[in-house]
Amino acid sequence: MTCLPAKTDKKLGLVIDLDTCVGCQACVTACKGWNDQGYGAPLSDQDPYGAEPSGTFLNRVHSYEVTPADTPPQIINFPRSCLHCDNAPCVTVCPTGASYKRTEDGIVLVNEDACIGCGLCAWACPYGAREMDAAAGVMKKCTLCIDRIYNDTLPEADREPACVRTCPTGARHFGDFADPESNVSRLSRDRGGVALMPEMGTAPVNRYLPPRRKDQAANTPLAPLVDLATTGLAGWLDRMLGKI
Amino acid sequence: MHPAPSVILFTVLSGLGFGFLAFLAAGLVGASGWAAFALWFIGYGLAVVGLLASAFHLGNPQRALRAFSQWRSSWLSREAWASVATLVFLAPMALSDWLGLGWPRAWGLAGAVMCLATVFTTSMIYAQLKTVPRWNHWGTPVMFQFFALAGGAILAGNRLWAAVMLVVLGALLTAHWRIGDGRFAAVGASIGSATGLGTIGTVRVFEQPHTGPNYLMREMIYIVARKHAQKLRAIAFGLAVVAPLAVVLGLPPGPLTVVLATALHLPGALAARWLFFAEAEHVVGLYYGQRGGS
Repeated sequence: MTCLPAKTDKKLGLVIDLDTCVGCQACVTACKGWNDQGYGAPLSDQDPYGAEPSGTFLNRVHSYEVTPADTPPQIINFPRSCLHCDNAPCVTVCPTGASYKRTEDGIVLVNEDACIGCGLCAWACPYGAREMDAAAGVMKKCTLCIDRIYNDTLPEADREPACVRTCPTGARHFGDFADPESNVSRLSRDRGGVALMPEMGTAPVNRYLPPRRKDQAANTPLAPLVDLATTGLAGWLDRMLGKI
Repeated sequence: MHPAPSVILFTVLSGLGFGFLAFLAAGLVGASGWAAFALWFIGYGLAVVGLLASAFHLGNPQRALRAFSQWRSSWLSREAWASVATLVFLAPMALSDWLGLGWPRAWGLAGAVMCLATVFTTSMIYAQLKTVPRWNHWGTPVMFQFFALAGGAILAGNRLWAAVMLVVLGALLTAHWRIGDGRFAAVGASIGSATGLGTIGTVRVFEQPHTGPNYLMREMIYIVARKHAQKLRAIAFGLAVVAPLAVVLGLPPGPLTVVLATALHLPGALAARWLFFAEAEHVVGLYYGQRGGS
């Protein structure tokens, strides 16, 4: 069971647009909220209102400062969650068969009833996508909201992962990468979608759209001020200090 | 990586146990009667206590039997099979040595190979992880193997075997540290490749995603040790290799020598294994700005 399928019928996954993400953490909250009541053991918190709060999350939003060679630094918000890898190392290391990749849609899931909580799958994942729940003692990970996307009792608009549904800027997209004309395939193709840490050989399904190159103002309106000649006391100080 | 006591005890004690069992099974100890019973008991005891210790870090140990199911893909599952199969397989040899039943030694030699195979499966649990470059190379299984063989030879009270194995272990331990130090850089994972932003410019952490520690940080980002790594390496090397080597070569063979050499080697092995975990950097640390590779 922990052997990976040679091929999956669909390749469901996410495209995350780093140009659009504003780092509002709404996806983190929506994910936590949905998975407190949906598939498997609820995502628990330890000491939530105390001095050392800690908890299980399936989605975390980092912020990075990127400095290109020729433009000023920019802040990039970076949501990190399971990439539902084709060559998922978290699946093959599992000794119990709790971890598996679905043949029908490629979703990587944990059967919590079979999980012994050894934590080896979290060690095998380069992306930190798996977190052991301290209350239940089983491994938690993104399910792509499997209890939403196939749920006929929900309105059709809600049949996508909670993080995608809630994103206020439309930075997250859900679809089938096996279909070259799906929304996610086209987005990834048009915008140069990036796979994370390809050197780990995991063949991730999810893609990240790098931020578009920023325009550069040719002349800043403050430029003339820089050349202002100092006069009076300030000018004297400027000259004297320059000599020391 | 977090150096969990249960996993350190598991790998060191079961490695030592299976190493010793290999020497007993191969007939290199030459005890009979109740002396043989006592020695086999120690070997089995170490192996079993080590295996039980591994259960303590499980979130749901009551389901541990399920770990036997996925031997096709999982080294952890193979380890479960190998250890149980070896312990069962060696039982007639142990009984034969104790009661003088004359069971063929070839059986024991096959069992000795199984002991080493078990240690190999243990080491592959760590060596298979691409995410921990310090572990992910040939040196890890070989180093585990020679820890088991050196410890086993010390317990077996065999001067020549112990001296040779300790010398080889010393070389391998040093090599594993040397190679390990350059592995993270060699693998090439960086904050740039982890975020995919490296092609745009230099990347650094602006703000962490959460203000408190989480499972990932507790389990996989362990930094304290690196400050004292060099001192601890010297201590581990001195206790695990140099001191027992001096005892084995300097004192006449006998139970006292065995006890003294083991009393020095075991804490050294534990220190080395503690470093094995504490020094190992997981690539997930890159997302948190914990750069690897010195």
